[in-house]
Amino acid sequence: MTFTLTQSLIFFGIISLTTLATRALPFLLFPDHKEMPKYVKYLGNVLPYTIIGMLVIYCFKDVSFIQAPFGLPEVISTALIILLHLWKKNMLLSIGGGTVLYMLLVQGIF
Amino acid sequence: MNLKRNALKAAFPHTIPVLTGYLVLGAAYGILLDSKGYSFVWAILTSLFIFAGSMQFVSISMLATGFHPVYTLAITLMVNARHLFYGISMLSKYKGTGILKPYLIFGLTDETFSVLIASEPPKGVDKNWFMFFITLLDQIYWITGSLLGSLLGSFITFNTKGMDFALTALFIVIFIDQWRATKNHLPVCIGVGSSMVCRLLFGSANFIIPSMITILLLVTVLQEKIESRNSI
Repeated sequence: MTFTLTQSLIFFGIISLTTLATRALPFLLFPDHKEMPKYVKYLGNVLPYTIIGMLVIYCFKDVSFIQAPFGLPEVISTALIILLHLWKKNMLLSIGGGTVLYMLLVQGIF
Repeated sequence: MNLKRNALKAAFPHTIPVLTGYLVLGAAYGILLDSKGYSFVWAILTSLFIFAGSMQFVSISMLATGFHPVYTLAITLMVNARHLFYGISMLSKYKGTGILKPYLIFGLTDETFSVLIASEPPKGVDKNWFMFFITLLDQIYWITGSLLGSLLGSFITFNTKGMDFALTALFIVIFIDQWRATKNHLPVCIGVGSSMVCRLLFGSANFIIPSMITILLLVTVLQEKIESRNSI
């Protein structure tokens, strides 16, 4: 352990409470019994459609497209996921197929 | 009792992709934590009380930079700022969830959020317990993964490299479903476009908060346009 026991408890305690604060803040500002402002309601409807795109980009944030293997395992696996999902519309099949292909690519080929 | 069992049964299939991803990433976290001299007890405690994957990984690198409480708080705020968006998006869904609400809020990870916005409980299944079990199962996977990694890390001989791609795949699939669920693609394009531009401008370590600000600005400026085309 790099920290003493007390330091470790404080360190992880701060992270735990601060994380909880970021999750709880919107609910503290707009509790159930209070009328939600129209703008906040609008944000609640529209943000989910923007966040998933952000998360996808987040997953690819460290992939280099200018250095070998040029993000090929990611691109090929993503293409398979899209094709499988448009074709069979089965979430687990698309995710399973894409993940297995990605594992084969990064372990065996690239 | 039946109410809860039905909700659990309905919730489980939705969490299978998270099961895969969390076991692998949780194990990676447990292995790293163990390598810093923190035993499985710490793996359980941190995954139980923090339950935020990317922040838990960041915390490991912070163990090496010395004990700075204020800095720790600031970094946690930055890494977890995206939770504000999740909270705003779940205000309506979590309305009236009563005693389950505190835990639903506590357990709102990237993955739980994504599964929750992409799934509706089948007819006759209680919505609140359905959301509760998705959140609880996800946390059980995460704790189990970190515990296994911490205890057995050195014995894992099966090559798990790339298995965490299951979470990326989960986001991609939800993305496709969202794209097909609406004719109004402007919000989706704003999300992807802003994040890509900010990733290029600010680099991989610092682009999330600029992306959030850009997204917020754009959906605010374009509110009328987005609402007039409304099918969301």
